[in-house]
Amino acid sequence: MAALSEVLVEPPVGVEPTTVDLSTADVRALNGALHAPRVAETSPRWRVLHPDGRHSIAVGLDAEVEVEVDGHVGYYCAGMNKAATVTINGNAGVGVAENMMSGTVRVRGNASQSAAATAHGGLLVVEGSAAARCGISMKGVDIVVGGDVGHMSAFMGQAGRLVVCGDAGDALGDSLYEARIYVQGSVKSLGADCVEKEMRAEHLAELAQLLTAAGMDADPAAFARFGSGRSLYNFHVDNASAY
Amino acid sequence: MNPGPRSPALPPDPTLRESATFDRRTIAEIQRAAETGIYDIRGGGAKRKVPHFDDLLFLGASMSRYPLEGYRERCDTDVVLGARNATFPLHLSTPVTVAGMSFGALSGRAKEALGRGASEVNTSTTTGDGGMTPEERGQSKHLVYQYLPSRYGMNPDDLRRADAIEVVLGQGAKPGGGGMLLGQKITERVAGMRTLPMGVDQRSASRHPDWTGPDDLEIKIRELREITDWEKPIYVKIGATRTYYDVKLAAKAGADVIVLDGMQGGTAATQDVFIEHVGIPTLAALPQAVQALQEEGLHRHVQLVVSGGIRNGADLAKCMALGADAVAIGTAALIALGDNAPGLDAEYRALGSAAGFYDDWQAGRDPAGITTQDDELASRLDPVQGGRRLANFIRVMTMEAQVIARACGKAHLHHLEPEDLVALTIEAAAMARVPLAGTSWIPGQGL
Repeated sequence: MAALSEVLVEPPVGVEPTTVDLSTADVRALNGALHAPRVAETSPRWRVLHPDGRHSIAVGLDAEVEVEVDGHVGYYCAGMNKAATVTINGNAGVGVAENMMSGTVRVRGNASQSAAATAHGGLLVVEGSAAARCGISMKGVDIVVGGDVGHMSAFMGQAGRLVVCGDAGDALGDSLYEARIYVQGSVKSLGADCVEKEMRAEHLAELAQLLTAAGMDADPAAFARFGSGRSLYNFHVDNASAY
Repeated sequence: MNPGPRSPALPPDPTLRESATFDRRTIAEIQRAAETGIYDIRGGGAKRKVPHFDDLLFLGASMSRYPLEGYRERCDTDVVLGARNATFPLHLSTPVTVAGMSFGALSGRAKEALGRGASEVNTSTTTGDGGMTPEERGQSKHLVYQYLPSRYGMNPDDLRRADAIEVVLGQGAKPGGGGMLLGQKITERVAGMRTLPMGVDQRSASRHPDWTGPDDLEIKIRELREITDWEKPIYVKIGATRTYYDVKLAAKAGADVIVLDGMQGGTAATQDVFIEHVGIPTLAALPQAVQALQEEGLHRHVQLVVSGGIRNGADLAKCMALGADAVAIGTAALIALGDNAPGLDAEYRALGSAAGFYDDWQAGRDPAGITTQDDELASRLDPVQGGRRLANFIRVMTMEAQVIARACGKAHLHHLEPEDLVALTIEAAAMARVPLAGTSWIPGQGL
């Protein structure tokens, strides 16, 4: 692995970000530097140049650092993120913020499929649209999408909130557990055991909080809420056709 | 599952003829299905008789081969797993490892016992669907952390705490299938670890949520390496089906270790029809895996761990001879802890089963306190004593394999080779690719 000094384009000065140019440094060196002990104290801000679709950028972070990536990223950017704030000034490939535990990941462009898959916590903001399976098996994360989401989004979602400011594709919330879904636009179809639910005051309040946290300008009252019908929680032969 | 009639007792009237197609077990299952409207779910692996390692024999040394002196000359058993890419591969004293089994399917004390037993003989144990428990981590010197489609309990702290990571694509009992932990085992602790409501039937996905196919797997493996700074070996576990191709693809995707699980491998809870009718026997799969690695120039560089019906030192030695680097035991490990103990027969019978037949591991009412989340039942298993029993069993397996290896003139279990083996049946000869005993004929490879 390259030493940290080999990774740096510019040494950190004051509050200036530590800059890493991936046209000359490799991802392994970048991640190794981001995993360094006491990184939040020594280099709290990072800027990554020329990501050029590389995979696994800024994965496994476990510190309160801010990472700004200037360009498009490949698979699993910010995967398993804890505590860090990662901003992608571009589009994100498959599985952005997969299994995130905490922190914030913001995609300025669009996200490919399986955004925030299985994520346990934190906030993922996709300012554009997210493709299929957004929030698949989500386990507590909050996801706010400025545009549309693709088919099978929140499939088997266990916990957390998915907010869609645009439209949702086919089979939204299929086999849902306890995740909650808010959609402002149209829903092409609901998945098995996903049902529309009453929008009560507490839901309007939590949605307003989520939209504010994501920096989205939308009226909570324009959204519909969806959740689990809980009819598939325990297998019964009479429901066999739903599986 | 009720054991039902095991061996055909004499019919009351000798003129009565039982159908080979509609025998009593088949009739009983049709009647059960008609009555309940649901398929049979059980634990364990395939119960049907399939070609297995009992169908192979070793050719001990004689005139043309020199044996090693038992009790005097060394026969080593150590194995290193995962040195291909990892900074810290696993150095084990025996090639017998403990297979992945979840907390949830097993009690916390059972997981602790597995960790204690494995650590006592310096081998590894493995988590399962549902995450890593402190008891298990605390008692396991070498702990392999499974990365499953459901990602229940998956978190980066445990990933960093693990000694190796096992990406699970499937298991021998149900290749292509997900899982189902029935609601009665989803206690408050299990539900909390899996982020689920208590008492629901926990469904596990059959496909990973964020990758599909070998090209994606390569990227996923790379991500796991990046998260853990390239320190941990990455295993890939597959259920035995299209083994030749799966092993090639897994190796090319970057796996350090491939775990191959045959159809006799156990499960916590799966449909009986799935267990018995999907997948291939361990014996049939192993030579395919070795061939695939050899063709890639990766045999012994990517280690091969074989599981599914491994019961004793002879099975271990035969796996070594066919090209495996290690084996994993699951069902045998549970039996070593006390599963199906004869002393519990009356309690098994009260559950509609019997000692030696009990496979309702999904039900959570295990009198041995192993496959349960009931505190009273779980307290029956002493993890210290259970660990000691497992360690004893692994020692015996290892010593048995050494006895065979010395008789074949081998100073290390890994020196055993196919040339040391013959087969008792044409089927086993064809699958294992060794000659039928007393001949030089390997079916499928000409005369």
